[in-house]
Amino acid sequence: MRDGNIVEAKELVKRFTPKGAPPVTALGGIELSLQTGCLTAVIGPDGAGKTTLMRLIAGLLTPTAGTLRVLGMDVQGHEQEIQNRLSYMPQKFGLYEDLTIAENMTLYANLHGVPQETRATRFPHLLDMTGLANFTGRLAGKLSGGMKQKLGLACTLVRSPDLLLLDEPTVGVDPLSRRELWDILQRLSKEEQLSIFVSTAYMDEAELCRRVYVMNHGRLLASGSPEELRGLARGRCYRMAPPPGVPMRVLQGMLLDDRENIVDAVPERGAVHFIRRESATEEAMRARLPLPFEAADERLEDGFMCLLRADEEKNAAGQTEALAFAPLSLDANHAPGDDIDIEVRELVRKFGDFTAVDKTSFEVRRGEVFGLLGPNGAGKTTTFRMLCGLLPLTSGHLSVAGVNLRDARTEARANIGYVAQKFSLYGNLTVEQNLSFFGGAYGLSRERIKQRLAEILREFHLETYRHAPAESLPGGYKQRLSMAAALLHQPRILFLDEPTSGIDPLARRDFWRQITDLAAKGTTIIVTTHFMEEAEYCDRIMIQDQGKLRALGTPADLRAQNGDESATMNEVFIRIVEKAREKGGTAG
Amino acid sequence: MNGSGFFRRLWALCRKEFVQLWRDNSSLLIGTVLPIILIVLIGSGISLDVKNAPVAVVLEDASPTAQDAVSFLSGSAYFSPRYVTSRREAVRLMDAREVNAILVVPVDFTAKLARREAKLQLISYGADPTTATSITGYVEAGVAAFNASRVAGYAPRGMVTVESRMWFNDAHSSTWYFVPGLMMLITTIVGVFLTSLVMAREWERGTLESIFVTPVRKEELLLAKMIPYFCIAMLGFFLCLLASHYIYGVPLHGSLLMLVVSSVLYLFVALGLGLLISAATKSQFLASQVSLVMSLLPAMMLSGFLFDLRSVPAWVAAVGHALPSTYYLELLKSLFLAGNNWPLIGKNCAILAVYAVLLLGLAFLATRKKVE
Repeated sequence: MRDGNIVEAKELVKRFTPKGAPPVTALGGIELSLQTGCLTAVIGPDGAGKTTLMRLIAGLLTPTAGTLRVLGMDVQGHEQEIQNRLSYMPQKFGLYEDLTIAENMTLYANLHGVPQETRATRFPHLLDMTGLANFTGRLAGKLSGGMKQKLGLACTLVRSPDLLLLDEPTVGVDPLSRRELWDILQRLSKEEQLSIFVSTAYMDEAELCRRVYVMNHGRLLASGSPEELRGLARGRCYRMAPPPGVPMRVLQGMLLDDRENIVDAVPERGAVHFIRRESATEEAMRARLPLPFEAADERLEDGFMCLLRADEEKNAAGQTEALAFAPLSLDANHAPGDDIDIEVRELVRKFGDFTAVDKTSFEVRRGEVFGLLGPNGAGKTTTFRMLCGLLPLTSGHLSVAGVNLRDARTEARANIGYVAQKFSLYGNLTVEQNLSFFGGAYGLSRERIKQRLAEILREFHLETYRHAPAESLPGGYKQRLSMAAALLHQPRILFLDEPTSGIDPLARRDFWRQITDLAAKGTTIIVTTHFMEEAEYCDRIMIQDQGKLRALGTPADLRAQNGDESATMNEVFIRIVEKAREKGGTAG
Repeated sequence: MNGSGFFRRLWALCRKEFVQLWRDNSSLLIGTVLPIILIVLIGSGISLDVKNAPVAVVLEDASPTAQDAVSFLSGSAYFSPRYVTSRREAVRLMDAREVNAILVVPVDFTAKLARREAKLQLISYGADPTTATSITGYVEAGVAAFNASRVAGYAPRGMVTVESRMWFNDAHSSTWYFVPGLMMLITTIVGVFLTSLVMAREWERGTLESIFVTPVRKEELLLAKMIPYFCIAMLGFFLCLLASHYIYGVPLHGSLLMLVVSSVLYLFVALGLGLLISAATKSQFLASQVSLVMSLLPAMMLSGFLFDLRSVPAWVAAVGHALPSTYYLELLKSLFLAGNNWPLIGKNCAILAVYAVLLLGLAFLATRKKVE
């Protein structure tokens, strides 16, 4: 077994049968073999079945069919033996928030029966590796997301496991902490030949692994080294720079609309990166596309997108029908208007003696797409809530659509639409009832509601679901309904809070295509996101960290300010935050 | 597998539980301070006895004999009489809810007394039957005392004194009556409510998910939850016992040992139910709702704590007799107020033991080291 495979799955099926609902197939026949001593990743969008797979390996779920052997044993009937030997970090880290760092580690060491002599050398080593040595007395509940994730890792490593399972260890963690965690994982893999299996939604993380499994909708799409997966898009990737004055998202939208010839297009490092279909030759593309382009290196994400797109087209059932948009044009006037839609001066928000947002000033012009970026806890949600009038300010000035929010919140609200991060419509009302209710809430007349309802149902392809309860809609349609409800009264300004968290990459492309469409029609858009690369869709972005405004400008400006014209937004972000923290002298 | 591993892990988990209890001391407070608060509240405020009840006295016959007949009102802590001259005045006071009852001494009282036909008229405010009944009882007892003093030859003083004590001297009777019920409630709150909540919290926060993937066994996990909450409940129990004894002088006529034994048995029942609820719901909100509806409310309403099971419809009594808390309460009442009734102790302890084994067994079966 030492040199063989540490995990072997054949035809592995897991089906859940919720009461009073049709069964859900979380895993539909997976073949998997993880090599001993190897760092392996499974990537896939939310709902792909990654967590189910992890839990099956950890013996926390019983397979419906197929075989699963871990450490040379059949998981069924040997759960305890396997659990004695492997370590598992669930998505929520599994920490006791009212215990200190040291107490959490001691608890796990006691449960694993680690002898005191071993602890004396191992604990300092782990604390040193995770950078937690100075905080051993701090309660786990008082740690930042990044520190919690490192403590969770330390707890799984109190003894040397035969296999380390990590379920999405970097969700909601800032880019700096993500990088630190991966440094640790790579060191463990190299120096101790530890077998590690990690699930992730981030491509750059998968890139660091020896072997990658790609999953979607409970199926395995492909597996191989990052190199092999990248190879799926080899020779088909190009970059096209937009002409001056044209936002990248417009060019990206145009390319994405050309579905017959283009697999995927995404704004990246100041140009649009796209993949042609195998059926479309490079010559044909040159003749067809409006601008010149150059060949580009393929990335892991390109291989992944090729797989996802092919899978989606093969299994058209259950897929969200693409929206039709007005064609985009490079010649249209893309410059934002001169009117200032949002003006923020010296904005401060305190909770007790904690300053969540500190003296922040910016303005957003009519028709601009403005992004608020930052890790969890940076203050972006607080800023956002104040902008929407959901949270009073501690001090400062804030006007939205020309109305001072301090004394005329109701007026300001008539001009704004708001899409919350969580699905916040009434699940047991139908699509139509939800929309009518929101129309009424925004004060539209009955005739107006009727008219807008018809328009918006058509525009969002929701007609077939008109009488379906909102909770019964598939994920992608729920997101559309939320958007539809926010746009019913045709607001001048649209606020979107983390609209792309938890939706798959294809749905994310659709979402941004819709934003491009709305912006082209003159709607001002404010959007928060923790996907740094999505900054490229915005006209301007603002980066917050620890409540402070760290950077403000166009993506190109920020890249130029931080020295490297070809850096990804993730790298730019890390550089900006590191610089600011060094100056401020505060530790993470 | 090996014994030392079992105790090492159990100890680690128990220690964790105690540290958590200490840090988030709301559970500790519920187990220890709540019983004291309840004892004090119920002992002094919530009492079925009536004190200083305002009564309007209409002396239509103002002879010394008539005044003597109602003199018990003035000398008692239970009444605060207001002497008025007309019925109309008395009715006005009653309408204004300034008095709870009217006692009329008719014009011919003294005359009729000689013929042993004398009557007093008592009108009480029926909208509050509890108070009305108490007042009626007190007045009857007061009149009986007056009679006794008049016809000493017929009824010896001592006998009358016994009857009046039942009404007058037993002032703490409802406090005494409440204490066993209170102890049952505290044990139920800690055993079912708190335990199901803390276990459900571990499911909800995902801590169990990572604890599962260690050498820990499920019996260790369950025991590590039972031991700390067992300690808290016993602490609360003894605090209740001490407070009731030293503050209100509640007697313990039965054996202390049997009191402890039956409480330990009932606590196992409660812990079993709490762990079963948390294993079935796995969410704090659901666990709190279910334990409220399944244990706390029935224990309060149907166990004979508030309503005597002998005076409710047969089917309600049947439901009540399906509850372990009914048997525990019966035991407590009998041990506190009556003494060692061995057949009852034997029967009820056996029933509680069966419930304990059943519920703990079910909790053990329902808890699985799986997340589905």
